[in-house]
Order: sequence, then C-alpha cells, then structure tokens
Amino acid sequence: MTGGSQSALDPAGPFAGHILELFWLFTIVCAVVWLAVVAVLLAAIGRRRWAGDALPDPRPAPEAERRLGRVVGAAVALTVVILFGFLIASYLTDRQLLAGQQGETRTIHLTAHQWWWEISYEDGNPSRRVTTANELHLPVGEKIHIRLSSTDVIHSFWVPNLHGKQDLIPGVENHIYLQADEPGVWRGQCAEFCGFQHAHMALHVVVEDKDAFERWKAAQLQPAPEPAGDLEKRGRDVFLSGPCVMCHRISGTEAGATAGPDLTHLRSRGTIAAGTLPNTREHLAAWIADPQAIKPGNRMPLTRLEPGDLEALLAYLETLR
Amino acid sequence: MSDAARKVILGTMLLATLALAACDREERDYRPDPAAERGKGAIVVSGGLYAGPSSPPSDDAYPEYTENAYHVAEGKRLFQWFNCVGCHSNGGGGMGPPLMDDQWIYGNAPANIYATITEGRPNGMPSFRQKIPEPQVWQLVAYVRSMSGLVRKDVAPGRNDDMNARPAEQSVSPLLQPPPPGAVPAPGDQPPASTGTR
Repeated sequence: MTGGSQSALDPAGPFAGHILELFWLFTIVCAVVWLAVVAVLLAAIGRRRWAGDALPDPRPAPEAERRLGRVVGAAVALTVVILFGFLIASYLTDRQLLAGQQGETRTIHLTAHQWWWEISYEDGNPSRRVTTANELHLPVGEKIHIRLSSTDVIHSFWVPNLHGKQDLIPGVENHIYLQADEPGVWRGQCAEFCGFQHAHMALHVVVEDKDAFERWKAAQLQPAPEPAGDLEKRGRDVFLSGPCVMCHRISGTEAGATAGPDLTHLRSRGTIAAGTLPNTREHLAAWIADPQAIKPGNRMPLTRLEPGDLEALLAYLETLR
Repeated sequence: MSDAARKVILGTMLLATLALAACDREERDYRPDPAAERGKGAIVVSGGLYAGPSSPPSDDAYPEYTENAYHVAEGKRLFQWFNCVGCHSNGGGGMGPPLMDDQWIYGNAPANIYATITEGRPNGMPSFRQKIPEPQVWQLVAYVRSMSGLVRKDVAPGRNDDMNARPAEQSVSPLLQPPPPGAVPAPGDQPPASTGTR
C-alpha cells in the first residue's frame, strides 16, 4: 500500500470526473486559441520580410484598413463568446458537483496536524467510532462526507484522483464530498504549505468493496491484544514507562494521549510518518531510533532507548495489527 | 562614475543581497545530541520532601535554549500538549502556583526549573523524568522563563492565534520585568514574605 497513483488525469470517482471534463474543455479550447494567435503572430513577423526591407506605408489603403477592422472585430467577438462559454461550463460543473453531494452519506472527521492526518470515522454509537492516522479507508461507490478541521495551521486536503483541493483552516470546519467508484489505492498529500515538513505529509486512500471495508472497520474497533511473549511484554513496559505514552494512544492499555497518532493498529497501515516511509519493521526501527534524521523538525523527539529496549518495543509494536 | 565602476558596484551589491538572504535568524537544533544532554542540568535535590529554600542557583544560563525563539516556541506547544495548563493554566496558576509572577519557590534559574520538572515537587508537581526527553524539558524550561519575562523580547514565542489568557510574552508590561536582586532567595536565606506580584 505504499504505491498508489496520484493524478487528476485519472479520475476514480464522479467528482474528479466532472472536474476533469472541465479541465479538458479549457485546455483544448485554449490550446486552439493559442495556436491561432501564434500563427497570426508569425504571419505578422514574416510579412514584413516578404514585403522587402522598405518600411511599410504608415497610411494604409482604406480597403485594407476596413478588412483589418472586420478581422479584429470578429476576433474580439469570438473571444467574448468563448469566455462566456467557459463561464457557463464552469457553472454547470459546479452544479454537478453540488448535485453529487446530495443524499445519504457516511461522515468522516479529518483533522490535520503538523505533519500528519488524524482520521476519525463517526458513528451515532460512540463505542463504534474508529480513530486512525494517515490512511483513509473507503467503501466503493458510497458517498462520503468529510468534515475537515485543523489543530494548528492551514493545510489542504488533496487526493487528485477523487476530487480537487479543500483547505483545512484552524477555527473553521470545511467540508468535502468524495465518492470512489473503483477499488484501489490512491495517494493524496497536503496542498497548502504548512511548515518544514509540508512535503512529507501524504495520505493514502484505500478503496475496497463494502465487505472488506466492514471487516477492516471491525478490526480497527478491537483494542490491542494482550502481548503473548516476554519480549513483547517488556516492549509494552518500555512503551508505557517511557516518553511514548506522553503523545500516543494504544487502545487496551493505559496510554491515552491524543497529541500524536493513534497506534492501536499501527502495523495494519501501509506507511508510517504520513507516507514518508513504508511500514516495515526496519523502517519503524529507523524511525523510532531517530525521527529527526528522517523528518527533521517533526513533533516526535529523539528518545534515549537502550538497545535491548528498542528490540522489545519493536516486538510489541509488531503485535499491533 | 565610469561604466566599469558602476558594474562592479552593482555586481557587488547583488552578490551581497544573495549572500545575506542565506543568513538564518537563528540556529534550529532539531536533534540535540542525547549524549551531550546527559551531562546537563545539575539535578540538585533539596533534601527532604518539604518546600524550603530554593535549590542552589547555578551559573549556567543554557542560552542555546533560553535565547532561541524556536525552542521557546516549542516549549509553548509542549506546555499545552503535556497538560501543564491543567494545573498552572496559562501561567496564572490554579491547583499549581502561577508561573508568570516573580515568586519562585524553588528558584528561577534554568537548572532549578529543570530540576522541578524532572524530579517533581511536594504537593502535586509530578516527576517527568524519562517521560519527557531532556531537550524537551529544556524547551519547557525556556518557555516557563519566558512566561515570567526572563527571556529577551526578540526570543519570545509567537502570539497565540486564539484568545490570549495572559499578556503576550513579547509585551513590556511592568508586571513581567525580571525580578530585582533579592526577590529570589539565596541558599540559606529565609524565603521572602509573600507580597503578591509587583
């Protein structure tokens, strides 16, 4: 799940599809206009040379002047018509996007932090709410309503295969609607400069069929299992007695802090550090040992771990699936 | 002036502008060396679990933290994250003593505040040893000092975007002047009678 295309030219849902249609209309019409303008420009440059080196007569013949006037008038009229056409097309696309928002939706609350995404699946029953980080799972074909908020600075949610950009502004709740019509993994990223690690703030959208999605959600609702072996137990002690517990939450333990990402199902995700590294044991070890070397300035500090502790901690984190 | 002289001067000015644009206002140390941090912070235990004279003040000022706006700003963030506001509010105190006044039970030198956070204190201050990594404790130390007006104005963290519960750290309110000599008791002195904030 570290791959995933990130392209607005490959829509995976109706919203991105409408936007892409508008994009092609603008691009093709403007390309034709541009080619016409360049052709006329080249003709104007070239004509002087054809007429020889003598300067053109500043008093052109009346017939040529009338013809030129008609041509310019026609071009201006055509420009106005094209611009009005763009306006109408843009308005119609907006209406299509708005129409797509109507109806029953599932609501997800996405909170942007510097520099990771907190994802919370809402539910009328509080015990069925799922909190995860950096990986958004969606069922195919369902309309999703995402409430966007931010805890610090302005970020922007951008998954080009599914929709355009929408800012997450502290103090304001924005909304975006998504619908993915084919299963797959798509990559998105933060699209508003938000600080030193803005470039390493990606998220992955995993779209799967309804059964797979419900299984995933049910698994995410489970608390972390009791560790079986001694090494894993020691790892849990390292986690709970060290700095980890000041920022991270593992459901099923006493760790309940919400400043950092929820780690209850850490190893079920495809990437760590908001898409910066693939989620493997080795990368996790490198991340824990020195997060500042990989993502300098991010909010996870260097922690002094004895070598044996790191081994135990990794064994414990391995059980968080 | 001659054409050549003008070109030389303009070229030099351009190069100077480009060079100056590369100057940083201050160093931002994202990875303080853990081994180097180990030796810092004279952990001075006051002896006995009672509030008494402050720990002996140390001469170290730790300017890499207390004169660095980035570290003070990080301390401001951590003050919220680690729930120091739960007892100290935004410096005004509550269950815990105020931090924005000039009364320091255990001293206001950076090493004293470091010891307070790391060891805990009687009557409710928890010990954060091994829970908060040392460089982050120093960031909190720098921020606590800024709340009491003990850091330079240009080093103060950014103002809040939301409502400020206290004067901004950059403000020049007379309440936030550094304490006069004698307000912080030297070791062996009787603690001063409480007179409230100036």
